[in-house]
Amino acid sequence: MKRRSLFLNMSAGFGFLFLYAPIIALIIYSFNASKLVTVWGGWSLKWYAELFKNDQIIDAALLSFKIAFITATLAVVLGTMAGFVLSRFGPFKGKMVLSGWISAPLVMPEVITGLSLLLLFVAMEGMFGWPAGRGTGTIIIAHTTFCMAYVAVIVQARLSSMDESLEEAAMDLGAKPSSLFFLITLPLISPAIISGWLLSFTLSLDDLVIASFVSGPGNSTLPMVIFSKVRLGVTPEVNALATLMILVVAIGVIGAMYQMRRQARLLAQPEN
Amino acid sequence: MSTASRVAWINDSYTKMTKYNFFSRVNWGRFSVVAVPYLWLAIFFFIPFVVVFKISLSEAAIAVPPYSSVLDWNLEEAYITVKISLSNYLFLLEDDFYVSAYLSSIKVAAISTFFTLLVAFPIAYLMARTEGSTRALLLALVILPFWTSFLLRVYAWMGLLKKNGLINETLMSMGLIDQPLVMMQTDFAVYIGIVYTYLPFMVLPLYSALEKMDMTLLEAAEDLGARPYQSFFLVTLPMAMPGVIAGCLLVFIPAVGEFVIPALLGGSDTLMIGRVLWDEFFLNRDWPMASAVAVVMLIILVLPIMLIRNGQGKEGAA
Repeated sequence: MKRRSLFLNMSAGFGFLFLYAPIIALIIYSFNASKLVTVWGGWSLKWYAELFKNDQIIDAALLSFKIAFITATLAVVLGTMAGFVLSRFGPFKGKMVLSGWISAPLVMPEVITGLSLLLLFVAMEGMFGWPAGRGTGTIIIAHTTFCMAYVAVIVQARLSSMDESLEEAAMDLGAKPSSLFFLITLPLISPAIISGWLLSFTLSLDDLVIASFVSGPGNSTLPMVIFSKVRLGVTPEVNALATLMILVVAIGVIGAMYQMRRQARLLAQPEN
Repeated sequence: MSTASRVAWINDSYTKMTKYNFFSRVNWGRFSVVAVPYLWLAIFFFIPFVVVFKISLSEAAIAVPPYSSVLDWNLEEAYITVKISLSNYLFLLEDDFYVSAYLSSIKVAAISTFFTLLVAFPIAYLMARTEGSTRALLLALVILPFWTSFLLRVYAWMGLLKKNGLINETLMSMGLIDQPLVMMQTDFAVYIGIVYTYLPFMVLPLYSALEKMDMTLLEAAEDLGARPYQSFFLVTLPMAMPGVIAGCLLVFIPAVGEFVIPALLGGSDTLMIGRVLWDEFFLNRDWPMASAVAVVMLIILVLPIMLIRNGQGKEGAA
């Protein structure tokens, strides 16, 4: 019994080491003064200074943040609607089709999604003259489509695990469907909506493949710039950029988790 | 009232309320809540596949956009011509390059999925057997990398695996090897990349299956004289099977079409279909051929995708 749990701890420990070692190495080397990425030349913030002087990276980052912000907001609205419809509307015509369309984008290889959306945009432009050319707008539409699927799944999971007594009470008291949703259901699923927004934001910020297909000339997002740089090899500037992004995300996620746990404790009611 | 019956009751009430409303007036509220996400997905998820299929039947042409039209009509002269070309599909089947790209993608995805399972299982098992704040911490540690950039996590491995990278430098300074190991631009690097980036997708379904497992079953097996490996294969693994299947599908399907990992970590001989599609589109500018590659990839993946859907349906019903 003792030996088995040692084996378990060691193999799980190996798993966690595997998960974190590359990230930690990346962070340490971003502070390396030497240009040769593998030779340690002492601690330095040089590459961070270089990073902020690089206009190409800064412009791409601003564009990516803008796209991610709009995408996350749209995806939350559409995804919450879809998740709510699927878990609270009972059976309706075409429910199976909708739930299929919601779950398929989650596993669809990105090259297929990217290519198919690009061909759609080109065909639509030929037929209706919209969207005229490709760029920020088409990237936002493409990102919203796969992000809303994630939001819908999160919202659906939250709704089906939720205690419905508050919704029941509101209905007993004669609330209309719209006020029931906005006054009771929406506040209750707000943790799911917040994590859906954050997840959509990071997925959009991270996407290389779909954005490459549907963007137009002069609309390079941050991942597209990073990809063209790292294709040629490891660069210290990208190490600095990666460290900043990882730290921001880590702080955000830990903060959100802490906040949600606190809220969950406040809302927690004894099971009767 | 049990949770399940409460859910049923509340669903029923929403339906009843809206049914009642339907007779008094058309319920535009309910209608639009269904219609908006439906329309969005129809236009931007479903129709694109129809367009891809249509273009895969056309021929490459020097034009804007660069393909011949499948459907031609003229209302004044009242004719419709349909010109379908199967040449792209025939070429796919005839040319060994494409066939071996599909086969090698499936092989790479299958091997990586297996190793992901090996790495993920102990993590998920440990999480399921710990309690309270330790479990929450482990869960957070698994989820955290999932939130950080996928591209940058693949990039992180470039620094470790390359010829004068961290792993080679460490092993050489320890005197374990005298020549640097060639790890970058090999299939090995691609396996590492896939296992690494898709690990959370495997751990989470495994964990949710193992969490539901009744640990007293293991005690019973032990009392009946089962050795640890016997109780693992006869009790734990069958109980974890729904998680194993879900996790494997979640890793396998996107791994087949993976582009970033083979492009950054793989060599020029690492043939994967996602990369072939990318090159067909961006380098050769052959849109019909890229579409045909996508359609065949979709046909290969339809079965596993349906399996995932069925699994979800069953879980929802339970």
